[in-house]
Amino acid sequence: MLLIVVAVTVVVTRDLLKATMLFAIYSLTIAGLFATLDAGDVALTEAAVGAGISTVLILAVLALVPRYEHRRAGHSLPALAIVTLTGAALVYASFDLPAFGQPGNPVHQHLGAYFIDQTYADIGIPNLVAAVLASYRSIDTMGEAVVILTAGIVVYALLSPPPRPRRGKEDER
Amino acid sequence: MRDNAILVVVARFLIPLVMLFGLYVQFHGEYSPGGGFQAGVLFASAWILFVFIYGLETALRVIPQRLIYALASLGVLLYALIGVLGVVLGGHFLDFYPLLDAPKAAQQTGIILVEFGVGVTVAAVVMLIFLLFARRRADTVAAGLDPDAADDVRVDAE
Repeated sequence: MLLIVVAVTVVVTRDLLKATMLFAIYSLTIAGLFATLDAGDVALTEAAVGAGISTVLILAVLALVPRYEHRRAGHSLPALAIVTLTGAALVYASFDLPAFGQPGNPVHQHLGAYFIDQTYADIGIPNLVAAVLASYRSIDTMGEAVVILTAGIVVYALLSPPPRPRRGKEDER
Repeated sequence: MRDNAILVVVARFLIPLVMLFGLYVQFHGEYSPGGGFQAGVLFASAWILFVFIYGLETALRVIPQRLIYALASLGVLLYALIGVLGVVLGGHFLDFYPLLDAPKAAQQTGIILVEFGVGVTVAAVVMLIFLLFARRRADTVAAGLDPDAADDVRVDAE
C-alpha cells in the first residue's frame, strides 16, 4: 500500500529532488519486503544499490541539471491505450498462474529442486544464491561484470570532454 | 562539509564500519547473503561518504584516479583469468574443479576469487561514475557556468 502511494507520488511530482528521495524510500520498502520473504541476497542488493548508490548517483546528476521537470502539455492517448491493454492482458494472464507458494508449482520442480538438493553436495557452501551465481551460472556473472565495466567506460566517454558554453536544449528554446 | 562537527564525527565512525561490512559481505558471501556486487557497492558508498566529508582531492590522494581505472579492468580480468585457468588446467572455461584437488575446496576457491573480481570491478566503476559526475560539476562551475542558474530561469518562467 505504501509502495503504491510512493510510486504514484514519484510519477506525479515535478520536483526531481523529491522524486529521488521518494524513490529511495520505495527501494528501501521493497528491500524490507524481500527480507520478509527470506530473500536476503536480493534485499541486500536492493538496499545497497537501489536505496543507496542509485540515489547518490541521481543526486550527482541533479547537481548538473535543473531541479524541476518541464511541464508537458496534453496527454498521449495511444500511450494510455497501450498501457491499459497491456495491464489488462497481464491481469488476465495472472488468473492462469498456479496458487502462490504451493510446493507443486512448476518453478519448484525444474532446476530449483536440483540446486536445493545438490548444491551442498557439489560445492559445500550453504548459500545457494552465491553457488548458482558464481559457479553454475558463472559465465552469466562474468557477462554482468563486463556490463558494469562497459557502463563505467560509457560514462567516462560521455563526461570526460570539458563542458561547452552552450548548455544543450535548455538554451536553444 | 568539513566544518560540520556532527557530520565529521559520525562519518569518521561510520566509514570504517561500512568498509568492514563491505569486506564481510565480500568474503562471507558463501555463508550469508552477499557477494561481489553488494560488497563492491558498499565499499564504494563508504568511499563516496569520504568524498562528501573530506573532498574529492583528499580521496584521490588515497586512491588515485588511474588506480580506479586499473581496478575496474583488473576485476573483470581476474574473473576471466580464473576462467582461462580452468581451461589451462584441463577443464572447461570457468570450470573450477581443476583448480584444486579437493572438488568442494576447488569450487569454493573459484567462487571466492571470481566474486572478488566482481567486487573490485563494481566498487571501482561506482567510484568512477561518481567521480566523473563530481568532476563535471566542478568543471561546469570553473567554465563560468552556474549549474543552478537553470533553476532560476525555471522559476521566472512560471
